[in-house]
Amino acid sequence: MVYLEFEKPLEKLHSQLDKLQEIVEDGEIDMTDKIKELEQKIKKKQKEIYSKLTDWQRVQLSRHPERPYTLYYINQITKNFVELHGDRCFGDDEAIVGGVGMIDNQPVVIIGQQKGINTKERQRRNFGMANPEGYRKALRLMKMAEKFKLPVITFVDTPGAACGLEAEERSVAQAIANNLFEMARLRTPILVYVIGEGASGGAIGIGLGDRVFMLENTWYSVISPESCSSILWRSWDYKQQAAEALKLTAKDMLGFKIIDGIVQEPLGGAHYNPEGMAKLLKKHIKKQLKDISTIAIEELLVQRVEKFDKMGEFETVES
Amino acid sequence: MSWFKRFKEGIQTATKLKRSIPDGIWIKCKGCGHTLTRKKLVANLYKCSKCNYHMRIGPVEYFEILFDGAYQTHFENTRSVDMLKFKDLKSYPERLEAAKGRTDSSEAIIVASGKLNKIPTVIAAMDFNFIGGSMGSVMGERISRAIDLCVAERMPLIIISKSGGARMMEAAFSLMQMAKTSAKLAMLHEAGIPYISYMTDPTTGGVTASFAMLGDINIAEPGALIAFAGPRVVKETIKKDLPEGFQTAEFLYEKGFLDLIVDRAEVKERLGQLLAILCAPMSQNDKTAGAIIESKEVPSPAEMAPVNQEEAT
Ligand SMILES: [Zn+2]
Repeated sequence: MVYLEFEKPLEKLHSQLDKLQEIVEDGEIDMTDKIKELEQKIKKKQKEIYSKLTDWQRVQLSRHPERPYTLYYINQITKNFVELHGDRCFGDDEAIVGGVGMIDNQPVVIIGQQKGINTKERQRRNFGMANPEGYRKALRLMKMAEKFKLPVITFVDTPGAACGLEAEERSVAQAIANNLFEMARLRTPILVYVIGEGASGGAIGIGLGDRVFMLENTWYSVISPESCSSILWRSWDYKQQAAEALKLTAKDMLGFKIIDGIVQEPLGGAHYNPEGMAKLLKKHIKKQLKDISTIAIEELLVQRVEKFDKMGEFETVES
Repeated sequence: MSWFKRFKEGIQTATKLKRSIPDGIWIKCKGCGHTLTRKKLVANLYKCSKCNYHMRIGPVEYFEILFDGAYQTHFENTRSVDMLKFKDLKSYPERLEAAKGRTDSSEAIIVASGKLNKIPTVIAAMDFNFIGGSMGSVMGERISRAIDLCVAERMPLIIISKSGGARMMEAAFSLMQMAKTSAKLAMLHEAGIPYISYMTDPTTGGVTASFAMLGDINIAEPGALIAFAGPRVVKETIKKDLPEGFQTAEFLYEKGFLDLIVDRAEVKERLGQLLAILCAPMSQNDKTAGAIIESKEVPSPAEMAPVNQEEAT
C-alpha cells in the first residue's frame, strides 16, 4: 500500500493488523477479538480522514498511485471486451484506450484515458495525456457506436491533453474541437464518468455526453491547481489555494449543475477497495443505461444540446 | 473603396465602443520597429506599411473593416458574475473592473449584425484587452445567442478569434463553454448555415480547441499565433527551443488546418466572395431549410436596437 501524507495514521493501524494476521497464520493463538477491534479502529479512522478531506487532498486522491484506471474498470465490468486500435490516419495513441464489450447483456463501446501502472507504461501512455490521434481514435469508435446503435461510455482520467511539438503540429485543438462537435450530434446515448483527473480541454475532449458523473474523489476543472497557481499566483507554491479557488470537487460540480451526479466510493476510497468501486460503478452504469434507453434519440439530441447550452453563469443588466 | 473613405473621414465609429489603438501620434511597429503615424496606420488598416505586420485590433475596427455601413450590436446586456468568489492575487470583480477601464467593451466578445458586401451577416469579434480575450460564461452565452440569431434570421456567422484561452476565474464554467459553443455550432451545421472562423493573433487554448477550429472555412491573418498550448508552455515542457515559425498561421496552413491566410486589406473581399457562394443555396430554399431547427431564443427588436441610431437605415 502507498499512503499519502494524510493517510499516514492508517499505515500504522494496517501494519498492526498485518502482524496480528501473521500470528494467526503461524499458530494456535486466537486473535479474532483483537482483529475485530483493530478493524473497527481502522474503519473509524477512515471515516474520520475521508469525511473531512480538503480540496487539495481530493486532488491527491484522484492521482493516488494505486487508484484504478480505465482498463481496470473495463476488465471488471465487461465480458468479452476487445480493445480496438488506431485512428486510421496517423497511429495508435495508447493514452486513450477504447473498444467493444458486454456489460451483462448490453453491448457497449467504452473509451477512456489510460495512465500507466509502472514507469515504463506511464511513458508509453504519456501519463494519460492524449495526442490528436487519441482523440481521433475515440471519435472513430464513437462513430462506430452510432452505426451499430451501441451506447458510448467514456472514462475521463487525464492531467490534460498532450503538450509538445507533435500535439500542436497535428492540432490537438482541432481534434478536441471536432470531438465536441461530433459528440453533440452523435445519434446514440453517451455516458461520461470522471474516474480520476478531469483537467481542461483534454478531459472535455471525450466529456460531452447526455449524463456526466464524477466519482467521489475526483476533480474537474479548466486547469490543474498547480498550473493555476503558476499562472495566477506566479509561483508553484499556491496549489492548495488554487484547488480551493477553482471549486473543482464532485460536490462543487454537482452544486453548479455541471454534472448529473456523484458515484460514491467505498470507505477508504477507490484505491483501497478497487473491486468494490468497480461493483458500484457497474451498478450505476447499468441503471443509467436502462433509464436513458427509454428516451427517443431525437429527444435525447435536443436535450444534449440544451444541457450544455444552459451551462454558464452571468447576469443581465438593463441596457 | 468605401471602407477607406469611412476610415479617412473618421465616421461610422460605434459611439459605445472604443478603438483598441489609442490616439497617440506615433506608433511603433512590433514587427520591425518602424514608427508610423496613427493616421497612416488607420489608412493602412492597422498594418505596418514597411513589413505588413498586422497589429492587434479590436471589435470596432473589425466591424468597420467588414460591414458595409451601419451595424447593430447584440446581447450587450449579458455580463460576467463572480460565481465562484474567485480570488488569487486579485479578486475576479477587480479584474473585471480593470478590464472595463482598459476598454469600453462590455465583455471579451462583441456580437454585431450588419451587411457584408450586401449579405446580412452576424460577426462576433473578440477584444484582447478584456482579460486577454478570455472565454467565460458571457462569451459562451453571446456566441450561443449569435447562433440562435443566425438560425432564426438565416444569416451566416463569422467569429473573429483573438484570445488567450479559458477564463480561469470561472474555472469549470469556462471549460463548459467549449462544449456549449461546439454543441450550438453542431446545431447551426444541421440548419445548413455557413460559419467562417477567422483566427487572428493570438488564438489559443480552449478557444482554439472549440469554435475557432470548427469553421466550414477556417481563415487566419498572416503571422497570427494559433495554438492549443502556447509557445512558452510547449517550450517549458519539451525543454528545447521551438522551430522557427512554429504555431504561426503559416505553419497551420502548411499542416492543413487553415483554408486561407488573408491579408487584412483583402479580407472583406474574400469573405464576401465566400459568403456569396455559401449563402446562395440558403436563399434559394429558405423555407424548407428554416424548418429543420427551431431557435430557442430570438432576440426582441428592443435588444437589437442599433448602436448608431442616425446611421441606421
Ligand atoms: Zn513593421
